[in-house]
Amino acid sequence: MSKAPAISVRGLTKRFGPRTVVDHVDLTVMPGRICGFLGPNGSGKTTTLRMICGLLIPDAGEGEVLGLDLSTKRRAIKHQIGYMTQKFGLFSDLSIAENLEFIARVYRLDRRKERVAETLEKLGLTSRADQLAGKLSGGWKQRLALAAAVMHEPKILLLDEPTAGVDPQARREFWDQIHALAAEGMTVLVSTHYMDEAERCHEIAYIAYGVMLARGTIGEVIAGSGLSALQGEGPSADRLAAEIEQRPGVAMAAPFGTSLHVCGPDPVALRAAVEPWADRINFTPAEPSLEDVFIHLMRGATDNSVEAR
Amino acid sequence: MWERIGAMIFKEVRQMARDPSTIAMMFFFPIIQLVIFGYAINNDPRHLPLVVEANDNSAFSRSIVSALRTTGYFDITEVAGSYGEADRLIAEGKAQFALTIPTDFARRLVRGERPQLLLTADATDPASTGPAVAAVNEAVAEALARDLIGPLAGRQQGPPPIDLVLHRSYNPEGITSHNTVPGLLAIILSMTMVALTSMSVTRETEQGTMENLLATPLRPVEVMVGKIVPYFLLGFVQVCVVLGFAIVVFEVPFVGSLGLLLAVTLLFTLVSLALGFTISTLVESQVQSMMASMLYLMPSILLSGFAFPYRGMPVWAQWLAELLPPTHYIRLVRGIMLKGWEWPLVLPESGKLVLMLLVLGTIAVRRYRDTVA
Ligand SMILES: Nc1ncnc2c1ncn2[C@@H]1O[C@H](COP(=O)(O)OP(=O)(O)OP(=O)(O)O)[C@@H](O)[C@H]1O
Ligand SMILES: [Mg+2]
Repeated sequence: MSKAPAISVRGLTKRFGPRTVVDHVDLTVMPGRICGFLGPNGSGKTTTLRMICGLLIPDAGEGEVLGLDLSTKRRAIKHQIGYMTQKFGLFSDLSIAENLEFIARVYRLDRRKERVAETLEKLGLTSRADQLAGKLSGGWKQRLALAAAVMHEPKILLLDEPTAGVDPQARREFWDQIHALAAEGMTVLVSTHYMDEAERCHEIAYIAYGVMLARGTIGEVIAGSGLSALQGEGPSADRLAAEIEQRPGVAMAAPFGTSLHVCGPDPVALRAAVEPWADRINFTPAEPSLEDVFIHLMRGATDNSVEAR
Repeated sequence: MWERIGAMIFKEVRQMARDPSTIAMMFFFPIIQLVIFGYAINNDPRHLPLVVEANDNSAFSRSIVSALRTTGYFDITEVAGSYGEADRLIAEGKAQFALTIPTDFARRLVRGERPQLLLTADATDPASTGPAVAAVNEAVAEALARDLIGPLAGRQQGPPPIDLVLHRSYNPEGITSHNTVPGLLAIILSMTMVALTSMSVTRETEQGTMENLLATPLRPVEVMVGKIVPYFLLGFVQVCVVLGFAIVVFEVPFVGSLGLLLAVTLLFTLVSLALGFTISTLVESQVQSMMASMLYLMPSILLSGFAFPYRGMPVWAQWLAELLPPTHYIRLVRGIMLKGWEWPLVLPESGKLVLMLLVLGTIAVRRYRDTVA
């Protein structure tokens, strides 16, 4: 496998009217990797994905997808990309089989009938092939949409919040499938709001209000945040969150069950901040979670955007 | 390319077939329209308000009036002796017809001078004029047949003893019932082609399926053609339904060439489809595209010559009408169906439609993007 990146974009920018929705985003994903794309609502994830698959023209920036120039080779790129939209994008008034058949025709797949049948078989939908896609439950819609996005065996798969509103069992299966596809060499860029899903990715990218704030493996992102954390155990530890969060040197404090999780940028200041409660609550050093990092990053970013106005 | 277009067509047809409202639109809409207007086409109205201005007060005029009464066609008002009264009633819409019997009617009839009877018709409702004239003629003939006896019996031979002059007010073109069919073709095609295509495109955007379509290798023009073809066929079915009904059920004359009619219909359909697509690139939702289509349909119905005669409209309205494709199409269909127009005659109006097609097609293709925003 060549070691040229599957996706490589630099300085990608998109404006809607006066608002810069995606601001100089750099992103590199190597072949066969699963990259999680995270960020608060409205931070520009969907917009970035659309630019990568050629559905939006960037206002600035450049990049290559599978070595093809993003600005000149949009059509060639579309042939090799599978894109699963945030909103269910198949035809709800066509049956499951008819939807797959349509996709197969559009991509001019050979052995169309067999492929559709295989896909239905794999999905476990053979018996319901004639059911209208619009009548499927959320989880099944997601499965169908994924099947439609990978039927033409794309080299890159872009998934926009593929598991929103899907039950844990179905999510687990979904992710197993994505890992299986990646193992075959497919590159996956998947946006999500779930931390557990972020942890299933090889690497993550965090965008807030259009700005890419962190990239790398989970370890790298956590280390890069410079946060340290403490875990507090003791009577009513969980009730102290609001109070402790007001203290200087504390970025955030959150109850976890009966214990308390606090974190801040400076370990010494953090220790000092919890000192008043140290007599009854036992604080031990802990690993900051990905969630800590993201919330911390997001708060920083919100401040910036407010200042900017 | 062709396979992708094929995929689009296939999908569209399936969706159409699954959507009962499309089927309804395809068959019932033209039929319902035809039946509604067909009543106008074939109508045989009764109780038409007729004012009789009998200025001679002779036995002849009295018997003409009573014969008119017995036809059952008219509700008769008599205004004897006051000139201009009949015209005023027509102007006010209180009467639809006025029969004026001149002062010297009886005298001239007896002398065999073929006196005139003036029948004034409010032709804004042209459909009822024909039957009414026939009824008046019949009633007069009957009355006179009864009265011209004895020494006057000789008047019954030779040319009719009187001369019924028809004067149409307010509708110089004298549009007859048969003119409804060309207009109906234009309106039905406009409604389905413009409204349905623009809605079918915006529906994809609204439901989020457009994003999916555009993420595939489908080109915008392929999406367009894929959508146009099925609607085009739908339009063809509608034309056949309307023409079939018009000719078979309502016995509308068809003197021209069917091939030529289909050719200009094809042209008009394409113009309408291009317009529908252009609308879809300008609006954001199905509701908006419905509104935009209505905005186009209303003037099309009112100004194209379907509802009101073109020559009766003010100049500004005529200019506006010139800009509307149905105006030209209606002229073409009337020309071909009723007057038997041949090739050279259809060229000027067809040329205007071709021009519109080029302009709209260019706008649609240029505005239809392969991106989502
Ligand atoms: N076509 C558009 N026109 C104008 N503004 C847009 C358009 N598309 C997106 N936006 C704006 O751009 C911003 C980023 O939107 P985007 O959908 O990329 O966010 P997101 O990260 O995917 O959010 P979410 O997690 O809610 O899906 C939003 O504020 C949105 O309102
Ligand atoms: Mg989104």
